[in-house]
Amino acid sequence: MRRRVMLYVPGNTPAMVQNATVFGSDSIIFDLEDSIPLEEKDAARILVKNALQSLEYPDTETVVRINSIQTEHFQKDLEMILPAGPHAIVLPKTESGADIRELESRILQILGEDSCEKANIEIIPLIESALGLINIVEIVNSSKNITAAQFGAEDFSENIGARRTKRGMEILFARSQVVAACASRMIQAIDTPFTDIDDEAGLREDAGFARNLGFDGKSVISPRHVDIVQQIFSPSADEVEFATRVIEAFKEAEKAGKGAISVDRMMIDAPIVKRAENILEKAGIGNPL
Amino acid sequence: MKIIRKAAAGTLESSDALIIVKPLNGNDIKIEISSIVKQQYQKKIECAVYQSLEALQINGIHIKVEDRGALDCTLAARIETAIERAAAAEE
Amino acid sequence: MKDKKIVRDLAEAIRLCKLEDGMTLSFHHHFRNGDFVLNRVIDVVSSLGIKDLHLLPSAIYPVHEPLIEHIRNETVTSITTNYILGPVAEALCRGEIKLKKPVRFQSHGGRARAIDNGSVSIDIAFIAAPTADNCGNINGFGPSGCGSLGYAFPDANHAKKVVVVTDHIVDYPLNPVSIDETKVNYVAVIDRIGDPQGIVSGTTKITRDPVGQLIARKAAGLIKASGFLQDGFSFQTGAGGTSLATAAFVGDEMEKASVRGSFCLGGLTGLSVDMVKKGLFETLLDVQDFDLEAVESLRVNSNHQEISASRYANPEVNSCAVDALDVVVLGAAEIDTQFNVNVLTDSNGLIIGGSGGHCDAAAGAKLTIIVTSLLRTRIPIVLDKVIAVTTPGNTVGAVVTERGIAINPDNKELIGRLKDSGLSLTRIEDLKILAEQIAGKPQAVKFSDEIIGEIEYRDGVVIDSIRLPLLD
Repeated sequence: MRRRVMLYVPGNTPAMVQNATVFGSDSIIFDLEDSIPLEEKDAARILVKNALQSLEYPDTETVVRINSIQTEHFQKDLEMILPAGPHAIVLPKTESGADIRELESRILQILGEDSCEKANIEIIPLIESALGLINIVEIVNSSKNITAAQFGAEDFSENIGARRTKRGMEILFARSQVVAACASRMIQAIDTPFTDIDDEAGLREDAGFARNLGFDGKSVISPRHVDIVQQIFSPSADEVEFATRVIEAFKEAEKAGKGAISVDRMMIDAPIVKRAENILEKAGIGNPL
Repeated sequence: MKIIRKAAAGTLESSDALIIVKPLNGNDIKIEISSIVKQQYQKKIECAVYQSLEALQINGIHIKVEDRGALDCTLAARIETAIERAAAAEE
Repeated sequence: MKDKKIVRDLAEAIRLCKLEDGMTLSFHHHFRNGDFVLNRVIDVVSSLGIKDLHLLPSAIYPVHEPLIEHIRNETVTSITTNYILGPVAEALCRGEIKLKKPVRFQSHGGRARAIDNGSVSIDIAFIAAPTADNCGNINGFGPSGCGSLGYAFPDANHAKKVVVVTDHIVDYPLNPVSIDETKVNYVAVIDRIGDPQGIVSGTTKITRDPVGQLIARKAAGLIKASGFLQDGFSFQTGAGGTSLATAAFVGDEMEKASVRGSFCLGGLTGLSVDMVKKGLFETLLDVQDFDLEAVESLRVNSNHQEISASRYANPEVNSCAVDALDVVVLGAAEIDTQFNVNVLTDSNGLIIGGSGGHCDAAAGAKLTIIVTSLLRTRIPIVLDKVIAVTTPGNTVGAVVTERGIAINPDNKELIGRLKDSGLSLTRIEDLKILAEQIAGKPQAVKFSDEIIGEIEYRDGVVIDSIRLPLLD
């Protein structure tokens, strides 16, 4: 499941919830957390539940960002949303492996063992605090159901007392740390949203930089950002061509029972094959293995 | 559930509906609907309201719907929210 | 001698023209919702006790609300026009006012045709002119400048009497001249003929709605995939926000591919002026200006031509501009599975406009693209049958919505062009089904038997009619 771009949609706005699918993003994240005022948390979760049950979101992953563990809404969100069948849950303010284990045990409790297996709900921790960043290794290792981690620069900067800038030097270390932790577990690293809706040039620069750092995708908070970000995180023709050759070489080597493979005089080991698979998946070519 | 207080949910934004519920003595159901798409969807909106009330097993309610072209699932969501806010769990 | 055409006031002009009951009066709508002339003239006509007039305004806007009273008191008893928006339309559709005949809705090209070939005979044409000299030479510039006077040309050429109404008189001879003195009988000077800010009224701004922008981008992608973006490309868009956004994206594609287009036609805004400035098009052919940037460009740019409504779209003249169009992008209030388009009424059957140049451009262009959202606050725009056909489906090539693009299966040429494009296409029937799946199947609006409007296609044939809607 590629996640080149994940579009955040405020969960209490019917017009956006019902139209979210038309923008063609790989994922839609229905938000019950920061974009929803306290007095509307109930309304948002019911609306998202209904949307997941009644509306079609073809070719798109449906994700819900629930409220954090410390809130009263955490349990209520899960009870209402899980039966409606989202593909994944974003857990904001994830700060430890224990948070993830707590989430998992609630999911198990609410769905029951059989449904839980069948539902196969993926977990996406959102790293947006100093503690979350420091514990990221423990976090990404805490569950096999974690298939991606998101970085949230706004809350993170606030937490560490940094001044947020477009150039983003203040979040460079955190971004790289997230990328490394995700790469070590071969899960997707998803970058923070670019908050200036109207600055297209700034978005391109920011998304391009994140791509260069090794992020697999990026969250966006405006539908107008979807195409640009999706394009930037799609592999180039060269990358696709190389990845195809890697996969070919691997398949041949397997058939011939050969151990070591090389392509373009580069040794190909399992991680490189995995990366090649990811590239082809991001290019929409599917898994040839 | 029993409606014990006045409550509202939803907004007058496009594709949303503002639902206001009030308790009504006895078991009666009073429904008022105004919609910008009433020519096309009056019946469907009425249906959505009755279905929601039945699913939640509610009576003794005065429900006012100010619709701005909400889809059925949105109407149902707003009605469910308003009723939750207006109700007390039955002992 | 020099001032023999100048009259003391509108009343004198009307007397000198020997206006009688039952005559036909015409007006242009270049001031759109900023027009003052039609109301002033009809007020005077009414105060003189004249009745039973046939009005031939090229369009009627909310500013023309006073017409309601003049219909009630039978000063005006029939109307032929290209567009009605506002209180007059509402009063008609509520049955609050009645005319002696159904309103005859023509297109801009059809109106020119009817006037040029004598199907309609104008007794007095009142031509609002931003600047005039004392012999009635006029142009569209001045303190109340509106730019092109395209729709006034047929009136000036064929009306029995022509009265220029201006608020800005200059010395003879005026320069430049749009309509010359040989067509003009009288010149009336009043305090203000219109509000130039009013020409921007309604929808002449690019949409900022993300769904509208998505549709526009898809439409531009379709134009690119169709192979039309070559040197010499000619283009027109309607005045709606999504159509204008499409023009902006097409401009981007042209820049990327270094395409040099030949002309933009319309209905023009500052956007088309910018595209010419960027070298994307050589020429602007202008029958109407929708904003003050376009007006100014007409005034100063030699490659910006004013054209008459006849040259724009009369199907009976030797040749007209719409026939030279490659692509036109237009909106729709409704479209059906035969690709017939309704731009006359909304989904409730209420009159909200009329063809304008819609069916003319659609007939002329090699590719006609309709841009619209699939649903407008729950109401499906793609249907089995539109309430009223203003543009026949055989002139429409494609419809672009946020949930899919459908190509007219009869447009074999377009299908051929798109064969290897990789563009994802849907059938229009599937768009209609999807709309109903999302919103639920709508109840049909009911209509009475009373016909309140007849739709005359650009060739003079009545192709549809509209009845009084029965609204709860």
